[in-house]
Amino acid sequence: MNRVEVFADPVLLKLGPVPLTQTMVTTIAVSLAMVAFAAALRFGITRRPGKTLDILAGMAFEFLDRLVTDVVGRPSPRLTIFSGTLFFFIASCSIIGQLPGVRTPTANLATTSALAILVFLAVPAAGIYTKGVWGYIRHYFRPNPILFPLHVISELSRTLALSVRLFGNMMSGHLIVALLVALVGVLVPTPLMALDLLIGFLQAYIFAVLTTVYVGAAIRVGEE
Amino acid sequence: MNHEALQTYIAMVSIAAAGLTTALGAMGAALGESRIGAASMDAIARQPDEGATITRNLFVALAMVESTAIFCLVVGLILLFANPFVGGATG
Repeated sequence: MNRVEVFADPVLLKLGPVPLTQTMVTTIAVSLAMVAFAAALRFGITRRPGKTLDILAGMAFEFLDRLVTDVVGRPSPRLTIFSGTLFFFIASCSIIGQLPGVRTPTANLATTSALAILVFLAVPAAGIYTKGVWGYIRHYFRPNPILFPLHVISELSRTLALSVRLFGNMMSGHLIVALLVALVGVLVPTPLMALDLLIGFLQAYIFAVLTTVYVGAAIRVGEE
Repeated sequence: MNHEALQTYIAMVSIAAAGLTTALGAMGAALGESRIGAASMDAIARQPDEGATITRNLFVALAMVESTAIFCLVVGLILLFANPFVGGATG
């Protein structure tokens, strides 16, 4: 039977007891490329003001800053950095997935779960940072202590939804392209690859917006 | 019923269930998303100035609704490619 690798992650080589999988390699490659690109932008901002790199960095930051300010209601630079990093990481992952033979790192449930767990931990961290421990924990018992389990379940379920949504979208796009390549091969999968790229950017945007909404709600606890 | 026949039945039912899961999940999400799209078009037509905000909320709402379809798709793919009941039973 012809097995399709949907949930498996091929191990490339073993470094002692630690297996180095394809997802790990592509994730590290994406991270290094992002760091290099950020260093180039930093060079452009400090040494070449007014030139292409400076303008590019300004546009990217203004886009993210406006997004966060609109959702939270006031400028919050730390949240802008967090959401922006997630946005650019997921978008870069979907770009690198278009290379032949490379699988999108976000088409692996482990990667998306790690990102979702980051958001899950960032929510109470941001809430406690802005409102203090008691000020944040108190909102779990508002408006009524009976609702405490519902608050907890909602935080857990939205973390699950965040990870499975990204995983499902990226993996289904990858699977559709793989099926079409197996059927037709040349030129026919190209529009669907473009659609896959578009969905990748859209999911990166949605992930960033949802992160901003969740963390922003924790920042503004008890203000309405 | 012997082991091979049982495995064949499980595979058969899994394939049918995967198709049904994905189809029904996509149906519900499509109905919901069409309502969201229609409502947001209506809102943008009434208040073109708020278009940017409405569009952002539209994307978030679409993602929320679509995630149910994606869950169904993932369940379908688990049934097809990572079925815990195929091959695992002792025979």
